[in-house]
Amino acid sequence: MSEMSGAAALMAALEKEKVEYIFGLPGGANLPIYDALVDSKIRHILVRHEQSAAHMADGYARIKRKAGVCFATSGPGATNLVTGIATAYADSSPIIAVTGQVALPMIGKDAFQETDIIGVTNPCTKYAFQPRIASEIPEMVKKSFYIAESGRPGPVLIDIPKDVQQQVTKMDFPEYIKVRGYNPIVDADLSEINKACEMILKAEKPMIMAGGGVILSGAFSELQTLAELLSIPVVTTFKGKGAFPENHPLALGPIGMHGHAEANKMVQEADCILAIGARFSDRTVGRFDEFGKDINVIHFDVDPAEIGKNKSVNAAVIGDVKSSLRTLIKLIPKNFRTNEEISKLWLSRKREIVNYYEESIKDYSREITAKKALKKLREILPADGIVTTEVGQCQMWASLHFDVISPGTFFSSTGLGTMGFGFPASIGAKAARTDVPVVDIAGDGSFNMTENSLAVSVLEELPVIVFLLNNQMLGMVAQWQRTFYNRRYSGVHQKNCPDYCKLAESYGAQAHRVSSMDELDKALKVAVKSNIATVIDIPIDPDEDVYPFVAPGTGLKDMIIGA
Amino acid sequence: MQKNKNTIFDEDNENKMYILSVIVENKPGVLFRITNLFRSRNFNIESITVGITEKPDLSRMTITTVSDVKTLEQLVKQLQKLIDIIQINVLNKENAVYRELALIKMNAKDPTTRIEIANFATIYRGNIMDISNETITVEIIGTPDKIDAFKNLVSNYGIIQVARTGVSALPRGAVNDDL
Repeated sequence: MSEMSGAAALMAALEKEKVEYIFGLPGGANLPIYDALVDSKIRHILVRHEQSAAHMADGYARIKRKAGVCFATSGPGATNLVTGIATAYADSSPIIAVTGQVALPMIGKDAFQETDIIGVTNPCTKYAFQPRIASEIPEMVKKSFYIAESGRPGPVLIDIPKDVQQQVTKMDFPEYIKVRGYNPIVDADLSEINKACEMILKAEKPMIMAGGGVILSGAFSELQTLAELLSIPVVTTFKGKGAFPENHPLALGPIGMHGHAEANKMVQEADCILAIGARFSDRTVGRFDEFGKDINVIHFDVDPAEIGKNKSVNAAVIGDVKSSLRTLIKLIPKNFRTNEEISKLWLSRKREIVNYYEESIKDYSREITAKKALKKLREILPADGIVTTEVGQCQMWASLHFDVISPGTFFSSTGLGTMGFGFPASIGAKAARTDVPVVDIAGDGSFNMTENSLAVSVLEELPVIVFLLNNQMLGMVAQWQRTFYNRRYSGVHQKNCPDYCKLAESYGAQAHRVSSMDELDKALKVAVKSNIATVIDIPIDPDEDVYPFVAPGTGLKDMIIGA
Repeated sequence: MQKNKNTIFDEDNENKMYILSVIVENKPGVLFRITNLFRSRNFNIESITVGITEKPDLSRMTITTVSDVKTLEQLVKQLQKLIDIIQINVLNKENAVYRELALIKMNAKDPTTRIEIANFATIYRGNIMDISNETITVEIIGTPDKIDAFKNLVSNYGIIQVARTGVSALPRGAVNDDL
């Protein structure tokens, strides 16, 4: 036991958790923490807005599969984190947000920069701590990491009053902790896995629907083994994009509102769907009552509350999906042969559907379209390059046209749909993997929201490539207004946009504006090699829509494949 | 589902009153987290009571809610995710002892009225807590149904104020919380 301040104990506890980076911004109420940071080995990344700090921690967490850490001061600093915390909550990403709070005697007095951040973040954190004495801090930090990273991961907040940061006392750093009301490690029920196994072996037209849970638990090889063993085609939810190599012969890509036409079609013809770490979002399955009707639906998930929440299922396996899949694979008899005839029929139907849509879905005729640009990006970017997206048309184009080859190298704000997420999150991802290129597939609307993170990317030498599909529009809203509101455009024109190249250069980043596929090719090659923060401004037609499209409130069978 | 040993779900899917007996950490902010979950997930609370248990670091919350089985199941699962909740037992009328306390103040200017109300109170095993020239206040302890029945019975006299505690409950028989 040694004597130290609460702030020093916080930093020591974070070091014990092997934290590499802290993304944050100081202020009055976390000054003692920033003072303790001076003596710490952990690298601090100064952000330009706290929202980006939370997104960076989130992006780091998604690639490292380990909690990311962000700091903010009290009041406005803390509330600026909220969008990032809610984003991480919606996508089950582990982040630890440490906020300063006004001193204990000032709490509840409407003091300067006081917000009840625990109350504010209650619905979007897994848990929130507020130490009342400094000696509580080491244990709280340990519990925070345990809660954030285990079971279904999620954000945890630690709100530390300024006087608690300053208080010097004896500190005890526990090696082991137990949280009485929290038992996230559930061994899957073997009889349910058996039941699931029987259903899959009996199925003639089985499908796997892989969700974000596959990525969170790192069950990539298990998923691939299972699919190959039984020749089961794989579709992914949007969060699950990249759970399975998208150039694999069994891959059909994402399903849902902006899923691949062939994936949506094939799911409707299946007789058994195995959903792994997926929550049956309305964006993924369309109408709950239509999806998987009259067929066997099997659900693997770590969170018991997801079973039957949106969709009632025929078998439910609760537990970490990686270990559940391992058990399932072991249960498949060694000499089991898929009925070759039936399996061939099912796989040839898959090829038929893929070919049909390949021919019937036409791209726009312009020199550069989003689709062509994204295909080019795939061509130039190494297979293990990391890609994230902003939100809107750029995101859905990425879902449709950018094939993820190395599992786990793609992520996006899928649950909350946070504009401005992708760019700071890509910087966090770069911090987690400095050895591979990282690209943010952006639209101008989203990029505008957090473009000041260019300063971080340049100055902190965490260079990412902003692949800016620029239509000077809030494109997805415009598409909806075109489709559902009789072309009555409202609030979607981004008039007087900045010159994104000049903007990038003023931050010290490199910039290219491309007007042909050749120029795009060159710009991408330069960007991938140079390891300097780069903005590639790619002007596209404001009228270019995202297709296929399943209109909200309709089922996957009502998919529209083109204008 | 380790926390949830004594769950009793009915087969039919009609709305019914369920009693959730919830063991929680006895700490500030816990009640807020739980009631906020009901609001944010669109569940309804009929009544809620909290008090300390036989162990000083634990409180027992009794929450009554009217719901169908599916909603109840989802509610219990969402509650189990809350880290401050140690254990949840779903009780219903058959497997629980449950009681509520109500204080009912009525108009009673007429002495005969006062006697009538006092007689009713005796029949309902209630107690007269206060009498003035104008009013009479009765304490009734029992199931919510019994309190409703008494309230209906005396409603003609003119009820001035009602204070009800909400239900407190324990499972019947040798069910231990095993904490």
